[in-house]
Amino acid sequence: MNFELTKEQTMIKKMVRDFAQEVIQPRAIEIDKEAKFPVDIFEQMGELGLLGIPFSEKYGGSGGDTISYALAVEEIGRVCGSTGLSYAAAVSLGASPIYYFGTEAQKEEFLMPLAEGKALGSFGLTEPNAGSDASGTKTTAVEDGDDYIINGEKCFITNASFAKTIIATAVTGKNDKGKNIISAIIVPTDTKGVKITSNYDKMGVRGSDTAEIVLDHVRVPKKNLLGDPQKGFNQFLYTLDGGRISIGALGLGIAQASLDKALAYAKERTQFGKPISSFQAIQFKLADMSMEVELARNMVHKAAWLKDNNKPFSKEAAYGKLYATETAFRSANQAIQIHGGYGYMREYEVERYLRDAKLLEIGEGTSEIQRMVIARQLGC
Amino acid sequence: MNIYVLLKKTFDTEEKIAVSGGVIEDDGAEFIINPYDEYAVEEAINQRDAHGGEVTVVTVGDEDSEKQLRTALAMGADKAVLINTEDDLEDGDQFTTAKVLEAFFADKEADLILAGNVAIDEASGQVGPRLASSLGISYVTTVTSLKIDGETVNIEKDVEGDVEIIETSLPLLVTCQQGLNDPRYPSLPGIMKAKKKPLEELEIDDLDLDEDDVEAKTRTTDIFLPPEKEAGRVLEGDVQDQVKELISLLKNEAKVL
Ligand SMILES: Cc1cc2nc3c(=O)[nH]c(=O)nc-3n(C[C@H](O)[C@H](O)[C@H](O)COP(=O)(O)OP(=O)(O)OC[C@H]3O[C@@H](n4cnc5c(N)ncnc54)[C@H](O)[C@@H]3O)c2cc1C
Ligand SMILES: Cc1cc2nc3c(=O)[nH]c(=O)nc-3n(C[C@H](O)[C@H](O)[C@H](O)COP(=O)(O)OP(=O)(O)OC[C@H]3O[C@@H](n4cnc5c(N)ncnc54)[C@H](O)[C@@H]3O)c2cc1C
Repeated sequence: MNFELTKEQTMIKKMVRDFAQEVIQPRAIEIDKEAKFPVDIFEQMGELGLLGIPFSEKYGGSGGDTISYALAVEEIGRVCGSTGLSYAAAVSLGASPIYYFGTEAQKEEFLMPLAEGKALGSFGLTEPNAGSDASGTKTTAVEDGDDYIINGEKCFITNASFAKTIIATAVTGKNDKGKNIISAIIVPTDTKGVKITSNYDKMGVRGSDTAEIVLDHVRVPKKNLLGDPQKGFNQFLYTLDGGRISIGALGLGIAQASLDKALAYAKERTQFGKPISSFQAIQFKLADMSMEVELARNMVHKAAWLKDNNKPFSKEAAYGKLYATETAFRSANQAIQIHGGYGYMREYEVERYLRDAKLLEIGEGTSEIQRMVIARQLGC
Repeated sequence: MNIYVLLKKTFDTEEKIAVSGGVIEDDGAEFIINPYDEYAVEEAINQRDAHGGEVTVVTVGDEDSEKQLRTALAMGADKAVLINTEDDLEDGDQFTTAKVLEAFFADKEADLILAGNVAIDEASGQVGPRLASSLGISYVTTVTSLKIDGETVNIEKDVEGDVEIIETSLPLLVTCQQGLNDPRYPSLPGIMKAKKKPLEELEIDDLDLDEDDVEAKTRTTDIFLPPEKEAGRVLEGDVQDQVKELISLLKNEAKVL
């Protein structure tokens, strides 16, 4: 057993923390309020190599591991949930599937610009009538000579308005048992027939772009099919498992921020002639928050470690996502409570933490879906 | 060009610092590269990129200083040297550090040595100038601009908010002031590459020095935190009276008038 970070991991954490503190934090309130995607911040993150952490240098990545990536997501999430979500989605959903399942040619054409931070990628799975249940996918991809013609509609897709490519899931046929085969296809966003609009007025993660996509007779070459034509579904299960580690890390960041703010405020705020941190009712809240943050961190890091060591991590990723995101919501809620009336105000930021944290209990598999994944692993 | 940077590990004064029994508690303190030395590292990298050569970062410190050296390597320095005095020296001072560095530089051909203006922990600003004078080279402190053309060096130096313009020549030691540049963040590829860059570790033995040669010239008798800031006072009443009261307080209580 060794709970210590390596020198590189420590350095990465420190660098991302400094960057987040100095560059993102001063703009976090504005990003939320204006609901404006901070393109320039992503350019800087790209230059620092953050968008390529878990990918090898061969494909323009930084050659880091999943733990380093989780540390980076946590540090960014600690100051800005919107930036954190778009970051996690770009790496885990937009780029990872190509890294894991792409052909050499696909990696060179589509992964390189993402890993080098020169472009963003999206993953389009959710549809108006297929959310938790991906098997309800209605989008179709029909073969036509050397191409697929894709028709359908996607909703709630992170980063799509700013993406160079979307990995879209679509029904490509039926298997022996007559069930739909769902595959993933790389769709460049400048292809004719791709219409992307982002009109959602969101509760939280307001600065993260979320878009609706209409695919109307979109023609892409067959070589853009990602991975095994028969096993599309299992591939994106693996993708989502990996993505869960990053959403867990994001929850961890928000939970840590909630604790930091609440603790600092409790020590400063005086009522009844004493700092409110001297009241046991407040102390117990802080004690619980601090414990839960640490437990969430251990779980997220363990899942990342399992992935880095090529061990099964599906159950642990679900534990980590579920526990860290629910911890984020609880911690943010308590942070507001500890701030009293001030906590309800935007300026104090903790109310934003709560709104941002709520998304994490929904995106990349709801809390209920996490519990189903865990129960399935238990053999239920 | 042979460029050297003098770098010190110091605690982060923006984090909480605890003092007990006249010493700063190491546990819980966060350690960083002395912020002024970050300007030195950044400048060294820029000068190397403009004129060619190699950047070597040197620190006199302990085993943990490796972290700060690796960060400088991740920013883009080429080599690092850790002169580890942990086992040999108890309490060094600026004399000690300058003496150790003098021995280190004895067989080096340095064209340019960059240091921070001060270290934020002890803030003496002495190590750079002491080293330069024992090496017999020119030095300029608190530089905010450094332009090198052949052997000629044009410098802007901060003098308490004013600018002094200086022309000098290599070899040279400068100490770096805020405003000189904007230190970069170490990039991810930089961090991964830093692992493979050379980091040499020396002890004072390797520099043919004895403990006695570098014994501190000063003695620290006590360390304490500044008194806690008390809550401000808001004067009330008629503006005329407030002004009178303020002047009286400044005279009699604060004794600044
Ligand atoms: C801001 C944001 C960003 C997003 N980004 C992306 C993205 O980049 N790409 C993408 O593909 N999708 C994205 N999504 C979509 C997200 O993944 C879905 O919203 C999520 O999977 C839930 O699907 P749904 O909204 O259709 O809810 P539903 O599936 O309709 O679920 C409604 C409720 O029913 C529960 N439920 C459903 N089935 C069961 C069951 N069998 N047992 C018990 N309870 C059940 C759910 O847990 C939930 O509480 C994003 C969503 C948001 C809000
Ligand atoms: C939208 C809004 C509308 C409002 N409208 C009105 C209004 O119309 N009129 C009005 O007068 N006020 C109003 N308020 C103020 C509101 O009543 C106060 O915010 C509330 O009483 C809490 O006080 P506080 O914000 O100063 O928090 P604090 O009193 O500083 O409390 C901070 C935290 O410490 C806890 N705490 C404090 N003392 C103790 C203790 N002894 N033991 C344990 N825990 C303790 C609190 O429960 C809280 O969790 C409003 C506030 C808001 C946000």
